[in-house]
Amino acid sequence: MFSYCADPDTLGTFRWFSCYLTNGVHWSFYLSFLKVLALLAVTAPVALSFGFAGAMAARSHILPLSWLGKAYIAIVRGVPDIAFFLFFVIALDQGFEWLRHKVLCPDWTDPVRQGNDFIVCQAAKLPLGTSPEWVHETYGFFLAVVTFSIVFGAFAANVLFGGMRAVPRAQLETAEAYGMTRRQTFWRILVPQMWVYALPGLSNLWMVLIKATPLLFLLGIEDIVYWARELGGTKTSRFTDYPHGDWRMWYFLGLLIFYLGMTRVSELGLERLMRRLSHGQATSGGELLRKETTA
Amino acid sequence: MSCLQTIQDYGLRSLGFGERLLPKTDFTLCEHFTLIGSGMIWNIYFGVMAMIIGFFLATALAVGKASANKWLRKPSEWFIFLFRGSPLFIQFFFAYFFFLSLKKPYPMFDAFTSAWLGALIVLFLNTSAYAGEIFYGALRSIPKGDIEAADAYGMTGWSRFRRIIWPTMLRLAWPAYTNEAIFVFQSTTLVFFSAFPAWQQRGDALYYASYFADKTFNPFVPYPILAFYFILLTLVIVWGFGRINKRLNRHLPEERKTKMRFRLNLAR
Repeated sequence: MFSYCADPDTLGTFRWFSCYLTNGVHWSFYLSFLKVLALLAVTAPVALSFGFAGAMAARSHILPLSWLGKAYIAIVRGVPDIAFFLFFVIALDQGFEWLRHKVLCPDWTDPVRQGNDFIVCQAAKLPLGTSPEWVHETYGFFLAVVTFSIVFGAFAANVLFGGMRAVPRAQLETAEAYGMTRRQTFWRILVPQMWVYALPGLSNLWMVLIKATPLLFLLGIEDIVYWARELGGTKTSRFTDYPHGDWRMWYFLGLLIFYLGMTRVSELGLERLMRRLSHGQATSGGELLRKETTA
Repeated sequence: MSCLQTIQDYGLRSLGFGERLLPKTDFTLCEHFTLIGSGMIWNIYFGVMAMIIGFFLATALAVGKASANKWLRKPSEWFIFLFRGSPLFIQFFFAYFFFLSLKKPYPMFDAFTSAWLGALIVLFLNTSAYAGEIFYGALRSIPKGDIEAADAYGMTGWSRFRRIIWPTMLRLAWPAYTNEAIFVFQSTTLVFFSAFPAWQQRGDALYYASYFADKTFNPFVPYPILAFYFILLTLVIVWGFGRINKRLNRHLPEERKTKMRFRLNLAR
C-alpha cells in the first residue's frame, strides 16, 4: 500500500504494522466485515416479512393455515438455532437441486438417494460445475440469507403475533363499529398500532441477530471468523513477508470489540426509535412523553 | 448387530467408553439415536454446571449493579455489557486462543484448553451476565412496600437481603430465568463448533448429528433426532423450573400467583 512497504524486514514497529494491516489479505478481511453488514441488511427485512406472514397465518380464521403459522412459530423454540442453520443449508441445497432435477431431467430413472450419496443429473447441479467462482460464492451467501431468514422469521412471527394481540380490543371494536371490514381493520387499525408493542421484542431480536452473524462461518462462508483464524495463525517467513507468531487471540479480541461497538450503536438507535414510536400512543411510555412536553 | 449391542458400544462413547471407532457405513436408526443421545451427556453437563455456578455470580452481579457504590456498580455494569454485547461464538474462540497462549509459558493451563473446563468457564461467565441482568431487573421491581415492611421490623443488611429481597427477586425473575436456562442448554451446542477440539471424537449431540449428516449427506434423519432430544430437554427444564416457581410463590393467595406459562418468548 505504502511506498516503503517493499522490504518489511527493515521497518520499525509502527511502519511495519501500517504495511501489515494494509496488505492484500487484510483487505479481504475488511471486506468480510461488509459481508456481515450485508447479511444483516438483507436478512432483517426478509426475516421481518417472513415473520409478518407467519403471524398473519397464525391469526387466520382458516384452521389449517393458522396451524401452519403456529407450528412455524413453535418449531424454532426448544431446538438450538445452530442446529437449524446446519440443517437448512444442506436441506435447502438438496431441495433446490431435487426440484431442478425433476424439471430438467425427467427421463432419469435412478433414485436420487443412493446409499450415502445424493445424485442429481449434471444439468441440475446448483451452481453448475462450469460456473465461475463468484456464482458459487453468491449462491452460498444466498443460502445463508434464506436460512437466517427462515429461523429469524419464526422468532419475528412470535414477536409480531404477540404485538398484534397486545393492541387494545377497544380499538378493534371501534373500527368494527365504524363498519370497517376485517381486512380494513387489520391494515388500518391493527398494523399501525402493533409496532410499538412489538418493538421491545423486535429490538431484542435485532440484538440476537447481530450476535448470530458469526455463525455464517459454520455455513461455509468466508466471513470474519474465517479470516481471523486464517490471518491470526502462525506465519513463517517462507510463506509471507510478514512473519508473526500465533495472533489469533488478538484478532478475535478485535472481533469482540467490533461486536460490542455494534451492540452499543444499536442500543442507542433503538432507544431513539422507541421514543419516536411511543409518541401519542396509549402506553405508559407515551404517557411519559406527554407529561414531559406539557410540564 | 442388535440395537442393545449398539447401545452398549456407543451409549457412553462421548465420554470415551465402549467402541473406539465410530460407525463408518450402513448407519442404522439405532446408531443415530444412541450416538446423538450419548452426546447429550456433554450438553447436560455444560448446561447444569454453568447454571449452578453461574447462579451465585449472577446474584452478586445483580446486587453489584444495583449498588449505590460506584466501585461495585461500574465493574458489574461492564462485565454484563461485555458478555451480553458480544456473541458467545466469538467469546469461545477468544477464550480458547487466550488459554492456548497462556499454556505456552505456564503448562498448568493445559486443562483450560480442553472443552470440559475452558468452555465451561466461558459458558459460566456468559450465563452469569445474562442472569445477572435478569436478576437486576427483578431487583428494581421489588415492591416498595416489602422493603419498607422489612425496615419497619428492624431488619437490616444481610437478614433483610436473605429473608425479603432475595426471595422476592427470585420470584419475580423466575419466568425469565427459566427462559435463560433453556438458552444456556441450547448454547452448549456451540462448544465443539468453535475452536475447542473434540478429542478422540468425544463430542456433544450436535457434533455427532453433523457427523452423521456429513457422512450420509442426508440431513433429514440426524437433525430431527437432535431436535427430539432438545425438545425433551426443554420440557424437562420447564417442568423443573415450574416446580421451583410453585415453591417460590407458595405464600401468595391463589389468584395472585404468577402462572408460569411455557413462554415462547425470545427474551434474551
